[in-house]
Amino acid sequence: MTSIYLLLAAILFTIGLVGFLLRRNALVVFMCVELMLNAANLVFVAFSTHYGILTGQMAAFFVMVVAAAEVVIGLSIIVMIYRTRRSTSVDNLTVLKG
Amino acid sequence: MLETLTPTIASGLFDYAWLLIAIPALMAALLLIIGRATNRFGHWLATCAPIASFVLALILFVDLLGADPSARAVELTVYTWASAGAWQIDVGLLIDPLSILFVLLITGVGAIIHIYSLGYMATDPNRRRFFAYLNLFIAAMLILVLADSYVVLFIGWEGVGLASYLLISFWQSRPSAAAAGKKAFLYNRVGDLGLLMAIFTLLAFFGSTKFAVVEPLAGELSPAWATFLGFMLLLAACGKSAQVPLQGWLLDAMEGPTPVSALIHAATMVTAGVYLVVRSGAFFEQSTAASLAVAIVGTVTLLVGAWIGCAQDDIKKVLAGSTMSQIGYMMLAAGIGPIGWAFAIFHLLTHGFFKANMFLGAGSVMHAMSDDTDMRHFGALRRAMPITFVTFGIGYLAIIGFPFLSGFYSKDHIIEAAFESNTALGVLALIGAGVTAFYMTRLIIMTFFGSKRWAKGVHPHEAPVAMWIPLVVLALGSLIGGVALNGWIGGWLSGVGADSPGHASWLPQFNWLTWVTLLVVALGVLLGWWLYVKRPVSAKTPVPLPIGTAIGRQLTGDAVVSTVVSRPGLALGRGVALLDQRVIDPLTDAIGHVSTALGSGLRRLENGNVRTYGVTMAIGVVLMGLALILVWLV
Repeated sequence: MTSIYLLLAAILFTIGLVGFLLRRNALVVFMCVELMLNAANLVFVAFSTHYGILTGQMAAFFVMVVAAAEVVIGLSIIVMIYRTRRSTSVDNLTVLKG
Repeated sequence: MLETLTPTIASGLFDYAWLLIAIPALMAALLLIIGRATNRFGHWLATCAPIASFVLALILFVDLLGADPSARAVELTVYTWASAGAWQIDVGLLIDPLSILFVLLITGVGAIIHIYSLGYMATDPNRRRFFAYLNLFIAAMLILVLADSYVVLFIGWEGVGLASYLLISFWQSRPSAAAAGKKAFLYNRVGDLGLLMAIFTLLAFFGSTKFAVVEPLAGELSPAWATFLGFMLLLAACGKSAQVPLQGWLLDAMEGPTPVSALIHAATMVTAGVYLVVRSGAFFEQSTAASLAVAIVGTVTLLVGAWIGCAQDDIKKVLAGSTMSQIGYMMLAAGIGPIGWAFAIFHLLTHGFFKANMFLGAGSVMHAMSDDTDMRHFGALRRAMPITFVTFGIGYLAIIGFPFLSGFYSKDHIIEAAFESNTALGVLALIGAGVTAFYMTRLIIMTFFGSKRWAKGVHPHEAPVAMWIPLVVLALGSLIGGVALNGWIGGWLSGVGADSPGHASWLPQFNWLTWVTLLVVALGVLLGWWLYVKRPVSAKTPVPLPIGTAIGRQLTGDAVVSTVVSRPGLALGRGVALLDQRVIDPLTDAIGHVSTALGSGLRRLENGNVRTYGVTMAIGVVLMGLALILVWLV
């Protein structure tokens, strides 16, 4: 059973990663990051059930809390960027270069 | 001879001996710190300071005079300066027959010079600063002579160096004055090195530098170390007293205001070297080589100084050469040994009077001649300024050793003592006396006699009251100083009463040497008269210079110093600068260039494109994962 969950998690993570690398829309990129986080969560929970130890579930909660905080800040940043630049394409946001 | 007395602890009036130093020092601080608010009356306050010190010194002197000869040294520990391990360095004062004479000379002649300066500097915009520095000079010199240890002496020694620097370059907007001050300071530093080495030697051997502690132990030094100590002290004395080979600064020091020249040459500064040698007599007694070196340096300097005196046309520089020469006599006496020490101090005191007298007289002449110092532009001034002429004339007779004037007694003693110790030194000292007579005659004839060679628009006039009263007082000192001190000073300094070696009466003992000396002096005067009265003096310096004059101008040693020290020093500096520019700079620059290149290469990675960062991160994670798996497999 556990291997199925792990497979699912791997598929979700890959989708997230590919989306993160290929998509230009900041909102979609953001969603892909969330997807990867949840793939990781799924792994935590799967192993937690497999070994019967609750530590993994605790870790999953931590990740969720961090993700929630991240969404709050990340979304507001994206909204601000959209307001000032009328675009949410990450390829246009290259001001912070060396 | 000078005997080291065991000092008694101060009591009564001697508890207040620190006031001698504190009064002028505080006054200097007051004038410098309060500043412009004291512009109007500061010079009066400053003039009162040395007078107050002089009165106090006089009281202490009378007190010592009444004391038993063996109880004439009093020490006063003011406070403990530093204490480290076995070393304890106290700031203390020693009032003994030697130091009280110096204090009287410094404050007495110093006070007279202050009064003179009231007239001389009356219109100078920086008068307050000038008087503050004068007081600082007096205070530093008093610390120097009143110190009870070499360390405290060194404070005064450096203070004198500082004050002389400030005063020589007093007219600091003149580049030549600024340079002269710097030059004096640098020459003095060389001497300071000698004194420092001597202090370190004493600390290393005895753990103390107190005169009363180290002098009785002088015999315990090994001959080699005693010689080393003697030479280091001699180096120090050479720097401060402008003895060969460190004489170069003295002539340039004439850039300072004339009262400063008088102060440096008569009461403070150059006398410090003689004081140091006499005070350290116990160590020179341990080393024949060092004593002989002192005598030789003195003899060489007295001849070199006299030659310089003959070669200059600048009235102040002639007097400066003559100071070198007279200090040379003192060093010669100090080098002869215990018998000469009292003579050195005797000559120092009489010289203090007649040299201050002549310097202030020269200042008065300059005042009358619109600050011209070239004697070729003087002439026939005796009618225009009779008081200056008469007082200067007395100083002149005193310095050439005219019978019964002060220089006659003191110089005669030195020549006699030199003959007793070494015929060669004696003959050279005798020649020096003749040359002295010659150049002083030349000076007085070119200035006060002959035809008027005045520049246009110059109307000589007698100096104001504040300036001629000091001249009269000093002239009186030059007149009677020898008679008054002759029968007394040897006994006073030896601490044993009147049965000292030498001359217990005010009447000089006319022996064959006295007559020979007088004959040589008369020859010098005649030569001067013949060369400068018989033949008219030109208002212009002859071109080319006569060979003797040309050599005399070189004897300040400037050319030698610049060849031996300045030029190699400059070359070394240029070499180091070149090394810095050609080797060190490129090396450090290379480090900078490499990191700049690295940085601009790495900069390309930071292109601001979020997705590039993402790819980099993903590849990194994959690589790390692979590495972990690899480690796990192995």
